[in-house]
Amino acid sequence: MLCDDCGKEDAEVHVTSIEGEVMSMVQLCASCAAERGLAAESAIGEAPSKPPLLDFLGQLGSTSPAASAAGASEPCPFCGITASDFRSAGRVGCSQCYVHFESQLSGLLRRIHGSAHHSGKVYINETSDISDRLGQLSSMRRRLKRAIETEDFETAAKLRDQIHEIEVQA
Amino acid sequence: MIRTSAPLDERGLDWIVGGIEEAIVLSSRVRVARNLQGFPFPGRAGAEERSEVLERVRTAAEHADSLRSACIWEVDSLDRVDREILVERHLISRDLLGDGSSPSRGALILADETSCGVMVNEEDHLRLQALVGGLELDAAWRQVDRLDEELGTLLPLAYHHQFGFLTACPTNVGTGLRASVLIHIPGLVLTKEISKVLEGISQVGLTYRGLYGEGSEVIGNFFQISNQTTLGKTEEDLIDHLARVTGKVIEYERSARSVLLREAPAVLEDKVWRAYGILRTARSLALEEMMNLLSGVRLGVSLKLLKSPRVETLNEILVRGQVAHLEREAGGRMNEHEADVCRASFVRDKLASDERDASESGRSAGSSDTTVADGPPSGGG
Repeated sequence: MLCDDCGKEDAEVHVTSIEGEVMSMVQLCASCAAERGLAAESAIGEAPSKPPLLDFLGQLGSTSPAASAAGASEPCPFCGITASDFRSAGRVGCSQCYVHFESQLSGLLRRIHGSAHHSGKVYINETSDISDRLGQLSSMRRRLKRAIETEDFETAAKLRDQIHEIEVQA
Repeated sequence: MIRTSAPLDERGLDWIVGGIEEAIVLSSRVRVARNLQGFPFPGRAGAEERSEVLERVRTAAEHADSLRSACIWEVDSLDRVDREILVERHLISRDLLGDGSSPSRGALILADETSCGVMVNEEDHLRLQALVGGLELDAAWRQVDRLDEELGTLLPLAYHHQFGFLTACPTNVGTGLRASVLIHIPGLVLTKEISKVLEGISQVGLTYRGLYGEGSEVIGNFFQISNQTTLGKTEEDLIDHLARVTGKVIEYERSARSVLLREAPAVLEDKVWRAYGILRTARSLALEEMMNLLSGVRLGVSLKLLKSPRVETLNEILVRGQVAHLEREAGGRMNEHEADVCRASFVRDKLASDERDASESGRSAGSSDTTVADGPPSGGG
């Protein structure tokens, strides 16, 4: 059986996730599984419970070529946080840290959350592009549907107007 | 106009009278973490930067509909007891108080009529939160969502196109949302089913902790269940998932209770009445003992083994039986022994007054044993 992610390699890792009453299964090759932060022996459930923060801290401190290439050994240019600050506090210092340490954080987030892609509410600012706008629209439509279902008509009316406004602008 | 340092009075206690029918779930809470663009996160920011964040949030809050006629409490200018009262009411976290070495510039802004508000300069610049009685996650989320929309148009928020809303701790990134329910499940503890249920909870991406949040011990059979992950799912999915699993836990708790009623009615009844008896008559009560006894009485009321006190009274004791609340009432600092004595007296008075109300309104009082002692318990069948 081929890997569900790349469709090229043979699947070696089988992931079963249960969300509510819905069960889903994914077959992955070893490298795609690693990409998702899943090791063969710990690939159960939707959120791997191995302490990923500590692993990440280890990576940050290391001098592996990948880490240096991504600039992880340099302090964040905005807040000045270093790998060792992060190691001791377990917190990043500012929003720019997410850009500075992006490649490492991406792996860490996937291991903590089972995903590295936000799919909730979209916040629009000056750097937003068309896909953010589309994301915002679909998030608003989802919330409109829910507002109607829960008979929150005040919110529903507001959302309907906002959606209309965005569609007209587009 | 946001008022400054108004008396705390009944602030943030409206959950006490909500969700009375379902004594199993005490309250539902939703919070989202947000940060301002262009400032280091509070843990990395200096006192001046934190002051500026606070001023910006205060100005924005003046223009947010959800915070019309809200109040603000700055922790640096609150006295010790008021700070502790806010912690005991779960309106602020202990982290907001800082370590006392420099001004924390932490604050709580709370709407006038609800328990919806903003914690400023905790781990993140903003923690928007709402606390509602009973299993009402959706209602809590609606309040927070609305406030988020309002403040989002007034403040530049830290947001990443792939990671979503950015937070100081990577475990909060994405939606920044933590939804939780405070649930009372003595049936599962008594039938020793609890470890299986908690294991199940962890397997479906949720986590649990004690009454006082992260790292706190579970006392009085009160558990907080919340989502563990915040990234990759929509806010609605996270909330629905927690609501669905909570529904399942309630179902298991109910069936554990019917097993107890069927298999060991006398033991159960004895436990409930002893708990009531001690609370009603004790002259000294430690907090943990009070919590455990309240759990027994709550179970008795929920199973109709006791017809009084009201669940509302039990909720009130849970909050006001804590030490800072007792100190505020007594008007002075107390040592542990004095607090235990004061607590016992407060609990006796509350239960006595509930009994009086009950007999006036025709409800059988808890101390009158006509309902169950003369015959088998109602569910004992």
